[in-house]
Amino acid sequence: MDREKRKHETPMAKQDVLERIHNFYEVALGYTEEQAMREAQRCLQCPNPHCVEGCPVEIDIPAFIKEIKEGNFLAASVKLKEKNSLPAICGRVCPQENQCQVLCVLGKMGDPVAIGRLERFAADYERMKGVTVPPKQESSVTGRVAVVGSGPAGLTAAADLVKLGYEVVMFEALHAAGGVLMYGIPEFRMPKKVVQAEVDYIRKLGVEVKTNYMIGRIYTIDELFESGFDAVFVGSGAGLPRFMRVPGENLGGVYSANEFLIRVNLMKAYLFPEYDTPIRLGKKVAVIGGGNVAMDSARSALRLGAEEVLIVYRRSKEELPARHEEVENAEAEGIKFMFLTNPVRFLGDESGWVKGIECIKMRLGEPDDSGRRRPLPIEGSEFIMDVDTVVIAIGQTPNPIIQRTTKGLETTRWGTIVAKDETGQTTKKGVYAGGDVVSGAATVISAMGAGKRAARSIHEYIMSKKGA
Amino acid sequence: MYEIVTKRELAANIYLIEVAAEDVAKKAKPGQFVILRLNEKGERVPLTIAGLDLENGTVAVAFHAVGRSTKKLAKMKEGDSIHDLVGPLGNPTEIAKFGRILCVAGGVWCAPLRFIVQALRDKGNEIVIVAAGRTKDTLVFEKELKELSDEFYVATDDGSKGHKGLDFLKDLLKTQKFDHAMAMGQVVLLQTVTEITRAHNLKTMVTLASIMVDGMGMCGACRVTVAGETKFACMDGPEFDGHQVDFEELIRRQRVYLPEERMASMLYEKLGGMKRG
Ligand SMILES: Cc1cc2nc3c(=O)[nH]c(=O)nc-3n(C[C@H](O)[C@H](O)[C@H](O)COP(=O)(O)OP(=O)(O)OC[C@H]3O[C@@H](n4cnc5c(N)ncnc54)[C@H](O)[C@@H]3O)c2cc1C
Ligand SMILES: Cc1cc2nc3c(=O)[nH]c(=O)nc-3n(C[C@H](O)[C@H](O)[C@H](O)COP(=O)(O)OP(=O)(O)OC[C@H]3O[C@@H](n4cnc5c(N)ncnc54)[C@H](O)[C@@H]3O)c2cc1C
Ligand code: SF4
Ligand code: SF4
Ligand code: FES
Repeated sequence: MDREKRKHETPMAKQDVLERIHNFYEVALGYTEEQAMREAQRCLQCPNPHCVEGCPVEIDIPAFIKEIKEGNFLAASVKLKEKNSLPAICGRVCPQENQCQVLCVLGKMGDPVAIGRLERFAADYERMKGVTVPPKQESSVTGRVAVVGSGPAGLTAAADLVKLGYEVVMFEALHAAGGVLMYGIPEFRMPKKVVQAEVDYIRKLGVEVKTNYMIGRIYTIDELFESGFDAVFVGSGAGLPRFMRVPGENLGGVYSANEFLIRVNLMKAYLFPEYDTPIRLGKKVAVIGGGNVAMDSARSALRLGAEEVLIVYRRSKEELPARHEEVENAEAEGIKFMFLTNPVRFLGDESGWVKGIECIKMRLGEPDDSGRRRPLPIEGSEFIMDVDTVVIAIGQTPNPIIQRTTKGLETTRWGTIVAKDETGQTTKKGVYAGGDVVSGAATVISAMGAGKRAARSIHEYIMSKKGA
Repeated sequence: MYEIVTKRELAANIYLIEVAAEDVAKKAKPGQFVILRLNEKGERVPLTIAGLDLENGTVAVAFHAVGRSTKKLAKMKEGDSIHDLVGPLGNPTEIAKFGRILCVAGGVWCAPLRFIVQALRDKGNEIVIVAAGRTKDTLVFEKELKELSDEFYVATDDGSKGHKGLDFLKDLLKTQKFDHAMAMGQVVLLQTVTEITRAHNLKTMVTLASIMVDGMGMCGACRVTVAGETKFACMDGPEFDGHQVDFEELIRRQRVYLPEERMASMLYEKLGGMKRG
């Protein structure tokens, strides 16, 4: 969205560029109480608020903003949590500009209420003051639901189901719950203590979180049913890294973005050797791709001490799929962009470490299926670029193990699980799915929306099964 | 938290521990591995399952204390707890009736081999085992493996016990017919064995211990080239047809973290060892 038009929006302070490129602390600092109240004043409290239609988890936006306006910050948070169990997360990484804010009436003038920032403010305020967990409601429902994966989709489904009165067990393969929020999105954008506080909240609601359980290996979905679960929600995400399938890709120093980000975020390689997991980084880093994952990788590389970080993207600036705000941050931090460029092979030194990329120039042709103009190679335009680290961030496809080990679960040729959009129902009875494993890599809020809808239909399914 | 229930030194710097992990014990099969994380700051360490005790709900692993994490693990005592243990991971070994099987394992890998061989024997296979080591001091479970096998050989790099090196396998393969082979150990050992069996067209499954981070298909650190295709050792393996593996690439990829590993290990010995434990 155009910066110049947003003259009324209350700006949010950021950590100074020259400082932040040397640390992993959060870049955006959040609103103060005064700033939040000022921004909340701008909301017109529309009787028929369009903003709400843009929110996949159906937050009562004018209601929570009204509480902030009146200085009832805790009440604002309570209002948020009626619908959204992860407000501190959404307020930080939700692509608000394409969701709620794009539909805000003030948004028509290009200057919508900063809904996401207000959401973050209220959630952070509550976390500072100490989170209150609503008392468990009396409920007549009985039933057990297994949730596979603890990303935004699984967390949301689990929270909604436990609130309805079900016994919920969430299985997570990694040693920490939170999905991409823990292992992918870097600390400087999504502090891990914020994620853990939200996971803790879900735990306190009564969800049993079992980390170190990889479903498909330790139990199959059928075995979960055999052990007494009435329904299963699969939110196993899209964590399988895509590679380019060009020569030299298995050289040392060529990472998938996932490996790079898992080492840095989940395993805290940026604190090596205090933490045990190392990361080896050269002086000149090229990140291939143009999405949020590419921006996060590039900005992490910079903070790890790389002298020069380049983003190599095969389309032009207009097509960058990353959030606008993150591209701006990356540019401000000194990341360079090479547009209309694509690697054709990686070159190694005698020890097997990457030392360069052969690239080809691209031009844009007709629009493809995604509506974006298709990049085409310009013959004879190959050139060699010296780099000593490469991060490949060209996308992820669904984790395949559950699809491989579950009979009767239909999948597409992209490896996603077939599930109805409105209900999350799969082709296997009692199995529901949502989030990236169904949609392919998407957003936190769309995964949460899918988790919410699936929880609702799991409830209906169990009720009808039990003849209630 | 996962308690170390028993701990035994099998040879100098090689240990066998049994860890309480009931749910894993119930499901694990020979050839699969677990990943341990010793404490909150620990890295994820893959170790092959070397036995299960269903009654006590424990999983056994044997490890060679070679670097920072395994040295730390070697310092832990019975009753201490490991922060995380996930498993079973990877695909189990194919346990079928093959006929006569040649099994070669180096050093610490004799421990998981024992677990696999028990299952293969129960299927009625004839088993020939070669326990290999750098010297006679790195051999483990000799007696047990001998008991499980129809024929048993020892080989050491320095010739301190049994055959010197693995060259004797060439003669063995000339005089005996095998239906299947498997090798576990350092990459050079895998490479040597597969070169020898290639001449006899003897299919040889090798266990690839490539560098792993998550062990569940999400990072691609473990990628290996098999038959010209990129495979993930943790999801597609860890066992592959040795005649199809690009070993040179695997060796290069295993060396990637050598400088950092040396530094970590040195720091650990110099300062961390006592303090951090
Ligand atoms: C680097 C990066 C930056 C991003 N930035 C943004 C952003 O700014 N804004 C935004 O909206 N979106 C962003 N996204 C996308 C967003 O994070 C995802 O769309 C979202 O997390 C999907 O949620 P999910 O619950 O479907 O899956 P995930 O978050 O992927 O969670 C799935 C979980 O399931 C676990 N799992 C997988 N298989 C199994 C199994 N067999 N058994 C048990 N557990 C299993 C995984 O370990 C993981 O923890 C980003 C993604 C990445 C990688
Ligand atoms: C699927 C899989 C299964 C494995 N199973 C076993 C097992 O059952 N028992 C076991 O001892 N190890 C096993 N390994 C190897 C084990 O994970 C590593 O030894 C361990 O991660 C080393 O960690 P570290 O921090 O102690 O040493 P690092 O600091 O990471 O390494 C120290 C040095 O030791 C070298 N090294 C690494 N592995 C070995 C090894 N196995 N023997 C000798 N030198 C080595 C490294 O190249 C490096 O030079 C397995 C690995 C994989 C991927
Ligand atoms: S969750 Fe996202 S879409 Fe919904 S109100 Fe918050 S920022 Fe907007
Ligand atoms: S549309 Fe905009 S102004 Fe209206 S209620 Fe929503 S946030 Fe407030
Ligand atoms: S270890 Fe990460 S994909 Fe195999």
